Amino acid sequence: MKRTAHSHFARCKRLTGLILLCVLPVWASAAELHVPAVVEAGQAFSIPLKDAGSGQATFYLVGPDHVMKRTVAFGSDLQIQSSDLRTAGRYQVILCDSSSCTSAIFEVKAAQPAHLSFFLHPSRVPVSTRDSIDATAFVFDQYFNLILTPAAVDFRITPASGAGFSREVSTRRGVAWMRMDSTPHEGRVQVTAALGSMEEARVIQQVAAEACGLRMKAVASGSMVTLETDPVRDCSGNALPDGTVVSFTKVDKAGKSTVDTPIKKGIARVQFSLDGRALISVACGVVLGNEVAVNGKL
Amino acid sequence: MKWGLVAFLAVATAALVAFAWLQSGGLKQHAMFSAATPEEAVHALMSEIQAHNYQQAYASLDRSSDTDLASFIRDVAGSDGSLRTYSSLQTAEVSPLHANGDQALVRVRMNWSSAVGSLDDVRDLRVLRDGSVWRVVWPKPAFSKVPLQVVSVNYLSWDVIGRNTSQKWGAQDVDTPKVRITSMNAISRPGRVVILGEVENEDTVPAYLNVNATLLKADGSAIDEEGSFDLISHVLLPKQVSPYRIDFPGVRMDAVKSVRMDARSLLVPASADPVIAVSDQAVSKDGLNRNVLKGELVNQSGRPVNIAQVLAAYYDNSGKVIWVSDGYVDQALMPQVPVPFAVDIPDDVAERMKNYRVIVNHYSRSSS
Repeated sequence: MKRTAHSHFARCKRLTGLILLCVLPVWASAAELHVPAVVEAGQAFSIPLKDAGSGQATFYLVGPDHVMKRTVAFGSDLQIQSSDLRTAGRYQVILCDSSSCTSAIFEVKAAQPAHLSFFLHPSRVPVSTRDSIDATAFVFDQYFNLILTPAAVDFRITPASGAGFSREVSTRRGVAWMRMDSTPHEGRVQVTAALGSMEEARVIQQVAAEACGLRMKAVASGSMVTLETDPVRDCSGNALPDGTVVSFTKVDKAGKSTVDTPIKKGIARVQFSLDGRALISVACGVVLGNEVAVNGKL
Repeated sequence: MKWGLVAFLAVATAALVAFAWLQSGGLKQHAMFSAATPEEAVHALMSEIQAHNYQQAYASLDRSSDTDLASFIRDVAGSDGSLRTYSSLQTAEVSPLHANGDQALVRVRMNWSSAVGSLDDVRDLRVLRDGSVWRVVWPKPAFSKVPLQVVSVNYLSWDVIGRNTSQKWGAQDVDTPKVRITSMNAISRPGRVVILGEVENEDTVPAYLNVNATLLKADGSAIDEEGSFDLISHVLLPKQVSPYRIDFPGVRMDAVKSVRMDARSLLVPASADPVIAVSDQAVSKDGLNRNVLKGELVNQSGRPVNIAQVLAAYYDNSGKVIWVSDGYVDQALMPQVPVPFAVDIPDDVAERMKNYRVIVNHYSRSSS
């Protein structure tokens, strides 16, 4: 409710500013306002009014996100506070005395880079995947104005193992981005966006891809057979994480038996009872492994 | 006048007594003790079970029944937080199979209503004559006992920590798991269109997923949107594959131009425990001559699974999923104890299927 009231108030202020913009220049005449064409955000400046005579006037500052009104006295310079110039954009100043109004326009540009917003996507990525990592950095000044002038953002990539590398990308309209492949090794990869003294680090987890060359072996134990996979790895040799489900299927004269079991310490293991000949197969997700034929005499 | 009033009071009293007798189950009791035929005896027993009068039901059994009261109650009312403990007997269809002067074999099809739908339990009961009445012989329930042992439970579990919705813009977050619909098939069934297939969790973290489908007309407008509801395994561990089935009742296939699929996943805490083996799966006919996929579930972990649901996908000779059916098991899965299951297969699917795959959904009272 409070927020709603506040936003209504802000809208009224904006509306007042617009009305002033439309109406006041009609009366504009004599006293000229000398303002700089471009001002850096948060930079205070003054408008000379010493030669404008004496008496009082009403001063309006109409900015992109606020309108300010105050009474000023001729004969001294008019100070525009830095707090009134924090938002980048087009500003208009209007000065009205008892008989006429005059106005001027100036631009507030973003100040020096002070903040980096950094997006790294995704947070997990399979190894050796082309164009799978997106890094995007937004450059802001201390008032969170997007800096539209080009700036060089340095993306530093530090894998868990192996040499790191960096890539410098210039911002376009405030945004610098790059896309890269995931490396062949699983693990944590830190990507840091840096500009001057500012740094924002994000972490991406490179994970094993699909299982590759899935194999199991059968170990006899009385009327039971224990099936155990070799360490389950992807095609780059990375171990699939523990908890990944491996499906074993046994077909014998009693029917079909299946067990979905998670990998523990790199391998999946399961035990079946045997009654005569049986054909046992293994799969991980959509990847099929080898088949083992066993008989009950094992 | 005086005699008229007396007669009225006598009739009214008799009517009230009769009403009270009926209300207190006197009719059922009468039926039980006047179980003049084997079917009546089974009907009376079912009435007592339906009314949760297990002691009276047990008392009505034939003395040759090789079961004690506790086992009988456990058999009919369930135990260990199983689905049967949350069910109630809705109907019981009784049909005689064989009878002679002193004994009979009667088939009873018990229909239990539960939160997940109705469950059928078909039993063939022996009924013996006991003087002027018939009594049911309740077979001794075969509860498997597992020798005392210590089972180490060291399966993985995943937790999600450090989530903060008030983080600043651009702050790091964790992506939702990547899931993929690996197959989709739209088929026409009597009175409905069915979308079925399989979905895989391709990620390295567990996923909670929902599969939704929208049927579209030729002009692109939606006919209907439905979700897979309980015909899917919602929690998928890494690289786990689940069948799904989405029903669109009242929709005709010729009205459907295309289907829009949507698999949505969430990153959730999960456990790789328990592992449930599905053994001795085979297609056969049940007592009602229906095609069923039968087998046994064996809970290989150390803690009980209260409710288990079997999901079965059937494939044709080209490997396409042609049907997905499910069935709940009304017994709890105690560690290492085989529990039978059976899921229906439509006749036309049974004719065409070349292969099948079964997975098990499980719900444990302590963890979910």
